[in-house]
Amino acid sequence: MKPVNQKAWWLVLPVFLCVAFSAILPLMTVVNYSVQDIISPERRVFVGTEWFASVMRDPDLHEALLRQIGFSLAVLLVEIPLGILLALSMPATGWKSSAVLVVVALSLLIPWNVVGTIWQIYGRADIGLLGAALQKLGIDYSYTGSARDAWLTVLVMDVWHWTPLVALLGYAGLRSIPDAYYQAARIDGASKFAVFRYIQLPKMRGVLMIAVLLRFMDSFMIYTEPFVLTGGGPGNATTFLSQYLTQKAVGQFDLGPAAAFSLIYFLIILLLCFILYTWMQRVGTTDDLSSKTEAGHA
Amino acid sequence: MLEPRFQKRTLFLFAYIVFALLPIYWMINMSFKTNEEILSSFSLLPQHFTWANYKTIFTDESWYSGYINSLIYVGINMVISLTVALPAAYAFSRYSFLGDKHVFFWLLTNRMTPPAVFLLPFFQLYTTVGLMDTHIAVALAHLLFNVPLAVWILEGFMSGIPREIDETAYIDGYSFPRFFITIFIPLIKAGIGVAAFFCFMFSWVELLLARTLTSVNAKPIVATMTRTVSASGMDWATLAAAGTLTIVPGAIVIWFVRHYIAKGFAMGRV
Repeated sequence: MKPVNQKAWWLVLPVFLCVAFSAILPLMTVVNYSVQDIISPERRVFVGTEWFASVMRDPDLHEALLRQIGFSLAVLLVEIPLGILLALSMPATGWKSSAVLVVVALSLLIPWNVVGTIWQIYGRADIGLLGAALQKLGIDYSYTGSARDAWLTVLVMDVWHWTPLVALLGYAGLRSIPDAYYQAARIDGASKFAVFRYIQLPKMRGVLMIAVLLRFMDSFMIYTEPFVLTGGGPGNATTFLSQYLTQKAVGQFDLGPAAAFSLIYFLIILLLCFILYTWMQRVGTTDDLSSKTEAGHA
Repeated sequence: MLEPRFQKRTLFLFAYIVFALLPIYWMINMSFKTNEEILSSFSLLPQHFTWANYKTIFTDESWYSGYINSLIYVGINMVISLTVALPAAYAFSRYSFLGDKHVFFWLLTNRMTPPAVFLLPFFQLYTTVGLMDTHIAVALAHLLFNVPLAVWILEGFMSGIPREIDETAYIDGYSFPRFFITIFIPLIKAGIGVAAFFCFMFSWVELLLARTLTSVNAKPIVATMTRTVSASGMDWATLAAAGTLTIVPGAIVIWFVRHYIAKGFAMGRV
């Protein structure tokens, strides 16, 4: 076990100060707004929890929240397996591994608004590669006309954009497995799947946890890409929480409700992340145990 | 039995790379076209090949200064993030102390705040302290999501280094700073490389905060790009060229840390 040492706080202090400056002060401002009706900068009325109550009852918010949860789940269901598969397929050594690594990471480096803009052209049936190709295949595709197409386009764009993050983390985790494990598995005549299930997956647990949480948080806060690509439409098909919030805060200058909304939004992410974090930790430890007993039997 | 499986994986990898590169190919393709060509016809290669878009970016100060501004604040952000995250990650990986788990989770929660939530308060805060439109303001604001991530990644790497190394060094009479800098940091080079890459990436592509906190002097390239939306419609071609150029610095960073990622977590618990 780690020794108890209260002086370790001194090492954490710089981080604490940096983050506190950027987090606590703005958060307090938000809390402050959320309980006031700001008619003008000079005229403010304390309204208590009224905004919270009205936001919680807002049917548009419920819809945006459901849409958001659906989208984030879809993102995780596609990107995590795909990223793991990709990590398993990437060559381990030589110039090929370097080249693949750089190529795979490219999409992460494009600013988010450019991602949206590029896909805007890329998906157009008349002048874009994706749209034109789908049209050739006889699929009537239009991300501006059909809600389903728009939603799918945003999802595919997100998969294209972020799967590399999962893959890079998974790849780093895979490289950490000592050769001895594979040799032992070979001697036991373990199948490919058994190697994956009992060696590679448990060893990737830590990095995959980072990947799942990062993808979950970031997809839950997705804003720029769908905003640029579809503007939230058609209808409200791709209006996710962030965008709904921004519409409220900037579009309608409703600072109070927007602040209350922000806090609720933050608490939802916090709660879901906490559940995910605890759940993954539990799954991970039972996994470790079973692989240990497995190794014991072998 | 090994062979066909191997080929299947190679095939999958190939398919993914095609999927990953097609939009980028399209962007590069657009960057060599004129706006009229982009909007009027579909062609796999530019019919009227032009360098004009790149020329605009390299000759117009408002464009190329965007890249310089971005690089400056991303650089400052990376340096501060890593400097503060290293000792903190060490503390989390080596000691237990009052509230350590809570502080760790609290740090992560900052990674979860939607930037949209903080736009207005940030604007007011940085106006009050007189940092608006400076590189340092954006660098500080980006600490919000980069420091927790750096601490998180580094803690994983550090936990993979056996404690005996620390203890031996202390017995040999090393002071903490000397041990940390001369022995420990070289051991977790890989983690630093990976953390640096992630800090670079997230700071480089972030738009909302960077745009809110700057106006002229520190205007980042991502904000300059939003300018291409004007009354006369989008300037797709210049935007595509600018987008292509934004990939370059990041690609260089990956090239430098690629070995760290590959050998990376070799000792790591993660």
